[in-house]
Parts: sequence; C-alpha cells; structure tokens
Amino acid sequence: MPTGTRVRWAVVSATSVALVATGCGSSGDSGSGGGSSDTSKTFTYQSSEPQNPLQPANANEVGGGRIVQNLFKGLADYDPSSGKLRMQVADSIDTSDAQTYTVTLKSGWTFHDGTPVTAQSFVDAWNWAANVGNNQINSSWFGDIEGYKDVHPENGSPTTDKMSGLTVQDDTHFTIKLYNKVSYFPYKLGYVAFSPLPEGFFKDPAGYGQKPVGNGPYEFVSWDHNSQVVTKTFANYQGVDKPKNGGVVFKMYTTAEAAYADLQSNNLDVMDQVPPSALANYKNDLGDRAIDAPQGAIQNIGFTLYQPEWQGANTAKVRQGLSMAIDRDTITKTVLQGSRKSATAWVAEGVEGYKSGTCGDFCTYNPDKAKQLIQEGGGVPGNAIKITYNADGGHKEWVDAVCNSIRQATGVNCSGDAKTDFKTARAAITGHQINGLFRTGWVQDYPLNANFLADVYRTGAASNDTGYSSPEFDKLANEADQADSIQDTATGYQKAEEQLALDMPAIPLWYYRTNSGFSTNVQNVEFDSFGNPAWTQVEVKG
Amino acid sequence: MGRYVARRLLQMIPVFLGTVTIIFFMTRMLPGDPAAAMWGDKAADPAQLAAFKHARGLDLSKWQQYLHYMGDLFTGDFGLTMNNRKVIDVIGEALPVTIRLALLAFVFELVVGIGIGLFAGLRRGKAFDKSTLVLTLLLISIPVPVLGFVFQNVFAIQLGWVTPTVQSSTNLGQLILPAVVLGSISLAYVARLTRTSIAENLKADYMRTAVAKGLPRRKVIGTHLLRNSIIPVITFLGTDLGALMGGAIVTEGIFNVQGVGNSLYHAIGRSEGATVSGFVVVLVLVFLFASLLVDLLYAVLDPRIRYA
Repeated sequence: MPTGTRVRWAVVSATSVALVATGCGSSGDSGSGGGSSDTSKTFTYQSSEPQNPLQPANANEVGGGRIVQNLFKGLADYDPSSGKLRMQVADSIDTSDAQTYTVTLKSGWTFHDGTPVTAQSFVDAWNWAANVGNNQINSSWFGDIEGYKDVHPENGSPTTDKMSGLTVQDDTHFTIKLYNKVSYFPYKLGYVAFSPLPEGFFKDPAGYGQKPVGNGPYEFVSWDHNSQVVTKTFANYQGVDKPKNGGVVFKMYTTAEAAYADLQSNNLDVMDQVPPSALANYKNDLGDRAIDAPQGAIQNIGFTLYQPEWQGANTAKVRQGLSMAIDRDTITKTVLQGSRKSATAWVAEGVEGYKSGTCGDFCTYNPDKAKQLIQEGGGVPGNAIKITYNADGGHKEWVDAVCNSIRQATGVNCSGDAKTDFKTARAAITGHQINGLFRTGWVQDYPLNANFLADVYRTGAASNDTGYSSPEFDKLANEADQADSIQDTATGYQKAEEQLALDMPAIPLWYYRTNSGFSTNVQNVEFDSFGNPAWTQVEVKG
Repeated sequence: MGRYVARRLLQMIPVFLGTVTIIFFMTRMLPGDPAAAMWGDKAADPAQLAAFKHARGLDLSKWQQYLHYMGDLFTGDFGLTMNNRKVIDVIGEALPVTIRLALLAFVFELVVGIGIGLFAGLRRGKAFDKSTLVLTLLLISIPVPVLGFVFQNVFAIQLGWVTPTVQSSTNLGQLILPAVVLGSISLAYVARLTRTSIAENLKADYMRTAVAKGLPRRKVIGTHLLRNSIIPVITFLGTDLGALMGGAIVTEGIFNVQGVGNSLYHAIGRSEGATVSGFVVVLVLVFLFASLLVDLLYAVLDPRIRYA
C-alpha cells in the first residue's frame, strides 16, 4: 500500500505507519526491565477513529486496520520479529503448481461467539468480500482467485455469488484455484482481508461492522465513537501468540502531539509515532522506553515516464545522475532528524527478499559523476525540474533539501510543486497532470519484495504511477511468479529489481522508521515492520 | 416584540437556505474524489469504485444530489458519512462536547472578563488598571497554540495538576484547562470593552444624578453603571458564543477534545460533503439564534430600545 494512504488517515504525522520489527537493535528490545506483569490488565494504544465499519475486507486505513487485525486472525500472519509467514488457523497451505492451493485447518478454533471456525467460514467470507455489491474497499485482493470476475465484473451486476476457485472439502479442508500461477499467494493470505467470518455476520453485515465478532486474540467489547474502542483477551484463542495482557484499549487521538503529552504522563501506554516536533528529543525524554525500529516502507521520487522528454534511451542516465546528486545521508540525519534511513534499493529493509545495494553507486552521493551522467544523457529538459508533492504530509522540508542538493551538485534548477493536500496530489499524479518528478512511496502490504516491485513497476500495475514499462522487468517478474517456492520467487524478483537500476523509473530515497515509545506501565514492547507493536506480547506491569 | 421575533425568525429562512446551498456546492467542488480517496494512495478498483459511488448516489449530477440532499434535510435526514454512519449521529456525539467546552469558556470570559473590566474601569489609571492593560495586551498577542502548549506543559506535565489531554469529555474538571485557553483571548477583549465602557459612563450625567440622589454605591454601580455599560460587551459575547460553538480546531487538537472543530476539520480533509454540510447547517442555526438572543437582550438591558 502506498505511503500516502496510511499517512493520510493517521494523525497528520509526517510519516506513515506500517509494521514489523525486530532487528530493532538495542532500542528495539526495550522494556526488558523484567518487572512482574499482570496478564489481566489492559493497555492503551494511540489510535484514530476507524473510517469504515470494522469488517476485515474494509479496513485499509490504520485506524480501523489495527483494530480489525486484533479481532480477526486468518490462515496465516507474519511473525512480528522476523516478518516471515507464520501459520495460524491454517495447519498447512500446500501446492504443487503454485496455482492450486490446498488449505488444511487446525481444529479447535472458534469465533468469539463460540461457533467453530471451519473451511466454510473462510470461503463464505471471501465470496462475500469479493462481491462487488458488498462495497468492500479491499475486494480487489481476491482478484487472483478463479471466478473473481463473476462476482466482481468490471461492469454490471455479479452473475453469481460464489467464486468457482474456492471448494470446500470438509470442515477442515478447502482448495483455492487461481487464474494464474502466483507462487507467493500464501503471503497475501496473511493480510487481514482474508479473515474468516462467523455465520451470523451474513445476516447483518452492517450490525457486525459496528460490533464485530472475530476469531482473533482479542474480542470486541465496545466502541465509543471518537473516543475509544475497548477489547479484551479472548480466552479460547488458539493462535501461537497467546496474549500476555488483558486486552487493548484503542484511544482516539487527533494529533500526535496530544498523544505524546499523554504518553509522557502515563495516560497513554503505547503510541504509534512521535510527533515531528518531538523527534529531536524523544530519546532523551523516554530513555530506554524509546523505540526506533525499521519499517517496511520506502519513499521515492518518481518520473513521468509517459512524457516524451523522459522516453529516450539515454534519459535513464539523466535519472541516474539526478539520483546521485541527492545527499541522502545528510538529509536523513539533519532535515529528517534520523527518522529515515538512506535507501540502497527499491525494496525496504527487513522484507523477505530484500537485498541491499541493488541501486549501487546510483544511490550514493557523487556530484561529479552526477553532473557527468546528466550531460551524457543529454541534460534535463529546460535544465529545470519540479517535484510534485502534497503539502499536508510534512514533505516540504525534505523536498526542499533534495532540491538544494540537486541544484548544488549539478546546477539543475529544482523546485518543489506543492499540491494542497494528498487527494489533490494523487488526482494530479494519476491523471497525468504533472510535469517531471513527483513524490511517491510504498508501504508493504505484506513483507515480501514482490509487493514492492510487481505492484509498482510492472506494466499496467494499478499503482504504477510512473508509467514504467520494461519488457525485461515484466519477463523477470513473470518468471518469479511462476517459481516453485517463495524463496525462488524472492530471488527471481531480486533479478527483476536489478533492471530498475538500469532504467531508474523512480529514485529510491530512504526507508521509514518507527519512532515511538511507551509508558512506564508496560514492558516488552516491540514493533514489527508494519509499524505496529507486537500486541499480544506487551506486558502490563502488575 | 412578538412580531419582531416572528419577523426575525422568518428572515432566518432565506439566510439558512442560502448558506446551506453555498456550503453544499462548495464542499462538492473540493478537488479530489472523496470516494477514490478511500483507497488512499492505492488505485481504486474501478468496478468497486463505480459500485460504491452508485450505492451512495455520488454518480448523480450535482443538481440531482442537491435536490436529494435538500429533500432529505427537511425530513430531518442529514445523510450518511463515507463510512456509512448517520451524519446526525456524528453531530450528536460532537456537539454536546463542544457545548460543554464552549459554555465553560463562555462563563469564564464572562465572569472573569467583566469582573476585571469593572474593577479596572472604576480605578482608571491606577496600578490595577495599568496591569490589566498589560495583561490583556499579552493575552491578545499570544497565539492560541502557544498558550495551549504552555498551559499543557506547566499545569499537566510539570505540576501534574491535571492530565495533559481530556480523558473523558463529560468530566467538567478536565475541560477547565482547555476552556481557559479557549476563553483567554476573548476574556481580554471583554475586559477591555467593559473597562472602557465603565470608565466613560462614570462621567455620564445619570451617574452624577444617581450619586446625588444618595443611592448606595452598590446600587449605583450594579443597576445604573454596569447595566448601561454592558451593551457593547453583550454584542461581542453574542458573536463569540457562536464562534465558540463553531469549535476550536487548535485547542481541541492540543487537548484531544473530540468536538465540532475536530470533526469538521477531518471531514473537510476527507471532502466529506454530507458531514461538512450537516455540521454547517447546525452551526448556522446556532449563529442565527445567538444573534437573535443578543438583539433581544438589548431591549432587556436598555428600556429605551423597543422592537416593534
């Protein structure tokens, strides 16, 4: 998911929110104070009012997303410390051809209302969510499954309400047949949209959206709009991550500043992201309660490759030159106050298949080489570039810094082109109403390199805003999709990524980090690469 | 009097319709597609987007949408938010919070402001008067966010008297700090208006008469001086009450009060036409009634003012 989404919905913070964690080094394994904890006590988490009913396939923004994630559990999820796929309701997801998957469920799982979680619970939930008539924002996630086009036609009404690719064998077995081979399909299954739904849901989807009944580690207690969503630990939770606390209370904050003030005075236990105003001091303020962990998110500058001036074979050199004119290390340290880490590839750190240095010298600051490459490539059209960005996301400072860097290194006139807000900027970018360069980015949907590559750079991909179209890249990506194992897929995509260095459709700038903290009431707080804490592992001091 | 009120109420109808119409078209003309924005940065699935728009009537022409909206409005239906909640429910949650906060701020500026102004006006040129002038000048020149963060830091984080943000919007004790911040600037204006008015009226003929009649000082000041001096203050307070009800985006943000200001701010950010219009409809009504109330108060305070 592109960076904007989350940013936009989250409090007006400059950064986006995503998840996973671990290798978070010294600051990550914070709170190892080792005091005694009380497993019946709840803790509070900074949240924002969900923008949609709490239905699994309808939660694509942080506010609702992180609540739904805790109320529901799908076939698999991602290990918070390694980011690797981890089986939950599924005992196994097997395939021999990467196109037909056989799912075996564990027994014993129930929904919060006591009804069992069966193969039918999954198949019904997916059929319902994919149906265009049910208006689920994430309905297109089911697009790989055979029969999707019947429940989700491009025009008109669905011809059926069941996808032919889903077949229930018995209570604990079902098969998924895909239109094409997608070797990493199980990774997608970790997304919350693929959660099961209880039978009662289908009789009253709207009502269940207000009072969700799931199968996750926490069950829903109450939702005071604009104030809080209260959950409590589900006693019969069968997952591998049994909660070590009594529940999570999601407290709604409209600004990160307010949340930070509450955190400092122990009125809030864990927060999302400290406000930009506190970035310089939060490590001093919080000491060993400060968090600085990597996120699976990247910030890029894209080019309007669909415009004739960027289409010549030599223009790649100009783009590479511009990339080398950006002093990433200095900007991340000064302007961004260490809240980002310089990028060396198009895939974020910590993601399965991440390989550092794919961008090579092209992502290393070198003014002389930059100038030379730009000249060889025929120079920048008009010797001036504009970087389009949204003025409401805290991007102005770094866009100006990048422009300064480019101007000083190469003499190319660079200026920012601010659009009022995120919506307006997006409309201009997708409507091809901009010139030259634009701010872009990507927050992982699932921690696999394919997500950073196929969804952004493949010809015609829904989020391919640059209009990049490379037969070589597409060929390598297709080959990777047909691979037999996820490891082979990841390696295949690494090869495809190398093509990006040659064409430079977008300049990788830096990776996002989670800069957060927690109160003295809790311990063992670790963040994953989605920017979420490992909820169930948080311990509340007794 | 009755006819005057009736006429004023009738005048409200075109004002109300005009405002609602303007706001309706303004919010619908904001750039960007609010439905597509629900997908964030991700390209919206075209089929799903079309289905969603159709379900919400967003695929109709602006005029058709307008007619539907106005029709619904007269039956008391304010429409739905993007996330399918009734706009009236959202208003119902935010408005009471704002009313509590606004009334606290209002009482604060009324009591303290008039008190200080009266005292300073009576002792014109003395130390208290001079320090009032300095203090009010200071309050007027400090931007609200600065005042808010300073108060939050001093009273909540340093002294620990209160929580930094409002934990429960029904707890009046917790609302006091934001109310003081919210009311402080108006307080300065109220104090200055009262002071000037009092100081001027002190020299009026009727004052000399009242004192000459041998009325007790309390009565001279209470019934004669204050009552006559308060009219310009009432004018100010009337419009200020409307402004307070309109919500205070900055103060609500600092103290995490989930009131009208915040709801409106987020609704505008998301181009949620129905929600913005809904709030504005309610606010227009509040403003209209507040100004009617002020005009009626004039007649109560000054018997020379008669409405026919």
